[in-house]
Amino acid sequence: MTKTLPFRAGLLSMVILGIFLGAWHIATAGSGPVANIDPEYAKLLGQTATQGKSAMPGPLDVGRALWTHLRDPFYDRGTNDKGIGIQIAWSVARVAAGYGLAILVALPLGFVIGMSALISRALDPFIQIMKPISPLAWMPLALYTIKDSGLSAIFVIFICSLWPMLINTAFGVASVRREWLNVARTLEVGPLRKAFTVILPAAAPTILTGMRISIGIAWLVIVAAEMLVGGTGIGYFVWNEWNNLSITNVIIAILAIGVVGMALDLVLSRLTRLVSYPE
Amino acid sequence: MSERFISIEGIARAYPSASGVPVAVFEDLWFSIGRGEFVCAIGHSGCGKTTVLNILAGLDEPSTGVVVVDGKGIEGPSLDRAVIFQSHALLPWKTVLGNVAYAVKSRWPNWSADKIKAHAEKALGVVGLSGAEFKKPAELSGGMKQRVGIARALAIEPKILLMDEPFSALDALTRGTLQDEVRRICRDTSQTVFMITHDVDEAIYLADKIVLMTNGPGAQIAEIVDNPLPIERARAEVHKHPDYYAVRNHIVDFLVSRSRNFAEEEAARLARGVQRNNRHPPVVRPLADTIMPGATRAAS
Ligand SMILES: Nc1ncnc2c1ncn2[C@@H]1O[C@H](COP(=O)(O)OP(=O)(O)O)[C@@H](O)[C@H]1O
Ligand SMILES: [Mg+2]
Repeated sequence: MTKTLPFRAGLLSMVILGIFLGAWHIATAGSGPVANIDPEYAKLLGQTATQGKSAMPGPLDVGRALWTHLRDPFYDRGTNDKGIGIQIAWSVARVAAGYGLAILVALPLGFVIGMSALISRALDPFIQIMKPISPLAWMPLALYTIKDSGLSAIFVIFICSLWPMLINTAFGVASVRREWLNVARTLEVGPLRKAFTVILPAAAPTILTGMRISIGIAWLVIVAAEMLVGGTGIGYFVWNEWNNLSITNVIIAILAIGVVGMALDLVLSRLTRLVSYPE
Repeated sequence: MSERFISIEGIARAYPSASGVPVAVFEDLWFSIGRGEFVCAIGHSGCGKTTVLNILAGLDEPSTGVVVVDGKGIEGPSLDRAVIFQSHALLPWKTVLGNVAYAVKSRWPNWSADKIKAHAEKALGVVGLSGAEFKKPAELSGGMKQRVGIARALAIEPKILLMDEPFSALDALTRGTLQDEVRRICRDTSQTVFMITHDVDEAIYLADKIVLMTNGPGAQIAEIVDNPLPIERARAEVHKHPDYYAVRNHIVDFLVSRSRNFAEEEAARLARGVQRNNRHPPVVRPLADTIMPGATRAAS
């Protein structure tokens, strides 16, 4: 019996995961008592020295911790002890706010740039200079002017989401096929109706590609930004657990960041497929 | 045929060349199209046929000269002049019905959605596309796409139909069927048509008048062929008509040699004292009893 390709690929993924977890387990497992040490003294030294156990948690430790997190992801026991669900919700909310603002600015501005060769050329040097600036470099300026760490993080997300969306929107709008525009012209379609019924659908796949790049960057940046501003969010959570020396929680946070990032990308890729059209 | 529904008056179109001096693709074109007339333009690639059609559509402007339609100079595109594009130019994200309905809604913005849909469906029925309404253009064959383009153009009930090599990308069988349909529809509705083609048989089958353009740059109208075939013609029968080969030979002869050497021909005529008047390009009506293509009788 021949299995389908997706089935075989899935099987291989499971095997790779199994090998990885196995290797991780063996690498971090204890090798038994190293030497005869006074039990009182051994307690002081900790398991790393006495049992040959690695300071790195094994997959079973992480699995157990993950289970407790998943059972109660939204608990809130003060500033430094919130459930991982709450922290992720904070991060996602900040990304949504900054990203949403970026859409509001990038789409109309991108339209104008794409439609007008003059404005496109005039704004190009600014965009070229702003684009390569690491979003975190804006942080001190944002903190100084906005004077609010939460809003500063949102601003940083805004600024890093802006460029891919802006550039793709402008490019998509500028490269709408001439013949489609001519169809609108011969039908005497007004400028606003033309923008919504011809240019927007024609440029939508390019715009969505830009938005997909943006959401990826935004999710990369939010973790770093929250490490800087502190207080809440998954970035702060990572930093806090590092200060608590809880490597287990750091690993769980890393996993959570990856899963959420993948989910965000999946949403945007679905949307892109929705507006794509075969020619 | 005396009425000048469309009057093209001395148009030229120049583009800047590499040397900086503008080069005219065509110059001083004059011809007119009567109401309900079917006119084809034939000429080699690059002589400016598409440019002329775009000027008629209002998508392009002549460098000099004017085009008058129904007593008014053309100022930009109009719903009165529908274009059937060579590349069909359907909006790929819309369905077949959506493409036609978009044109209908542009024409009659105040119509209800139901009325727009019904009108678009009717137009699709005319070109034999009932049943394909909800397909996307990408799912259609070339012939079906071109049919949608025709339906879209006809649905807005234009005064003038402009077609740029509408059938050149189709296989012979589909082309024949579509020619029949277009001819039937245009005859039924007394449509005024300007069509570009490079298929001589197509021009003879469809046109009342055939405009012969010389090669560019600096293309001119060499002459206007008055089609001697009767208005009532069947595609399977046209080639049996006594005058058919006279017209065909005349046009083919023009395309093969005269379009290239037109300047010399003109000089020879001038030497004989025959002055050319661009405002009134010679009209010829090739008939069977004239053996030599060059010796055609002048039409009335
Ligand atoms: N934007 C342009 N710039 C320069 N030359 C052009 C431009 N558009 C068309 N031309 C020239 O005009 C000539 C006529 O083009 P076109 O009207 O498409 O010819 P046809 O349809 O008869 O093949 C071509 O030789 C082409 O090189
Ligand atoms: Mg052409």
